[in-house]
Amino acid sequence: MSMAHEITAGFMPLFDSAVMVAAGEMGFAAREGIDLKLQRETSWANIRDRIAIGHFDVAHMLGPMPLACSLGLTPLASETIVPFSLGLGGNCVTVSNAVWEGMAAHGASPDLDPARAGQALGALIHERASAGREPLRFAVVHPHSGHNYELRYWLAACGIDPDRDIEIVIVPPPFMADALAAGRIDGYCVGEPWNSAAVAAGIGRIVTVKALLWRNSPEKVIGVRKVWAEENPDALAALLRALHHSARWCQDPANRGDLAALMARPEFLGQPEAIQMPALTGRLQLGGGVERNVEDFFLPFDKAANFPWKSHALWFYTQMVRWGQLPHTPQNLAIARDCYRPDLYRSALKPLGVALPGANAKVEGALKAATPVGSAGASLVLGPDGFFDGQIFDPDRIDAYVAGQKRA
Amino acid sequence: MSAGSLTILVIDENRIRASIIEAGLRDAGHREVTVVHDVAGIAKRIAEIEPDVIVIDLENPNRDMLENMFQLSRAVKRPIAMFVDRSDQASIEAAVDAGVSAYVVDGLKKERIKPILDMAISRFNAFSRMARELEEARSELENRKVIDRAKGILMRSRGLNEEAAYVLLRKTAMNQNRKIADIAQSLVTAAGLLGPQEGE
Repeated sequence: MSMAHEITAGFMPLFDSAVMVAAGEMGFAAREGIDLKLQRETSWANIRDRIAIGHFDVAHMLGPMPLACSLGLTPLASETIVPFSLGLGGNCVTVSNAVWEGMAAHGASPDLDPARAGQALGALIHERASAGREPLRFAVVHPHSGHNYELRYWLAACGIDPDRDIEIVIVPPPFMADALAAGRIDGYCVGEPWNSAAVAAGIGRIVTVKALLWRNSPEKVIGVRKVWAEENPDALAALLRALHHSARWCQDPANRGDLAALMARPEFLGQPEAIQMPALTGRLQLGGGVERNVEDFFLPFDKAANFPWKSHALWFYTQMVRWGQLPHTPQNLAIARDCYRPDLYRSALKPLGVALPGANAKVEGALKAATPVGSAGASLVLGPDGFFDGQIFDPDRIDAYVAGQKRA
Repeated sequence: MSAGSLTILVIDENRIRASIIEAGLRDAGHREVTVVHDVAGIAKRIAEIEPDVIVIDLENPNRDMLENMFQLSRAVKRPIAMFVDRSDQASIEAAVDAGVSAYVVDGLKKERIKPILDMAISRFNAFSRMARELEEARSELENRKVIDRAKGILMRSRGLNEEAAYVLLRKTAMNQNRKIADIAQSLVTAAGLLGPQEGE
């Protein structure tokens, strides 16, 4: 059967590519008349390059990456827009066993509490510096990533200067556990299954998670070449509907086994099914036989997880400014604001009669409990969405937020 | 100015391809060519070599790490941008198609870089072609082996000579619109199921 649309999509081997992978493999794309060709990539740089020259129409991307592309922060970048988010949460901070022992000696307990873990890490860093030892080296997957920003946010809020007190390097996700085992890095922030893989191998401990640093926070998105989106509005709308149905399927606990088996296949993650489960259940093995259940650890669909909130893009923008990646100017702010496209999400999903947020942005960190919100159509529940340090991000007060940010 | 005055670093985990590119660069008169297969300790090497041009294969998962290193420019003295100029879309596309990427020190003239990039692109394409041909030759050899076995089975079970056995295979393949090697493989498999002595 020939399809109405052929779409080539790039992805990186991470669990949060699941919504896109399942759209292609479980028939959701085909039902919308799309022949979705999935292509695994080896680096975010390749994804960026292949989107820029048209090898890919759309791609699984780090949330801040389309901003970086549109703001001209990377070589060979092109205007890239975000009409759909692939989920909330899903990352962890993992440290080596040796660092964990040091943290435990300074009062850390295996409960994922960001404030306590950060305090213990700060004390360990201070102790090491006094003894004249090398700074600890942490890895993230990319400078323009939620991982980089949430790791820095956490450290800075705990009094650790991420540029001076530690070193931050870039390591590809599948290599994180090996680098930790070899002692090339002391810790990292990465998506699943690359944290659980280190714990399963006995080489690292999960010390905190994204869902506790900033609950219901943005992670991966669908990045779309703007020119392609403008030339193929029907194909894009059909893709967004397919992704919506796929995301709903991925969230349903009844499909966990099937989804884990799908993602375990060699052409996707090539990691055992059991290692996929923590991302789906939120039941994490932290190491040392300790298990913890994390609410909203990774949400592929619930809590409006697929809505491309402009407040998410703008928070990423404030972090780019905070860490010196770009200056805060009205022009840059406008580019960041225009990059995420809730209008495209709404127009594609409207015919389905599903719950759609009425606003394009929200005050992040304001909801202390799950809250039903006004939306078009059926009911919608958002939050809680707090930052661990109690801060609030109001997208209408960017200047004040930027001015109040400290580097440590 | 002689082309040889540029310092070039080639990062490629594939040793054969790396040596093909190195040879090409040397043939073109470049004397300062360094080849690195493993990115461990790359920051130190780059600081030592101070390359004007870095050529890297797109399959290398460490591109994000390298780009970050270039941008921080602590390990590298000068900022490095990809390719010479963004407007040169055709050569960018050709490079990505070929599976190669290049990073160039800011300010180098396009005329000096273009030949290096073109060379890398053509050598990458030549390598892919070679790898493909090698794979084809390998499967051709496999096909020939299975056809020989199928002929042997027909000769023993139907009392045919070698040529008649081949003609029968070819005729069957034509009738079924399939490849001779496929028919031969089916026959070998079937013979294996029916009688162990035929399946060897």
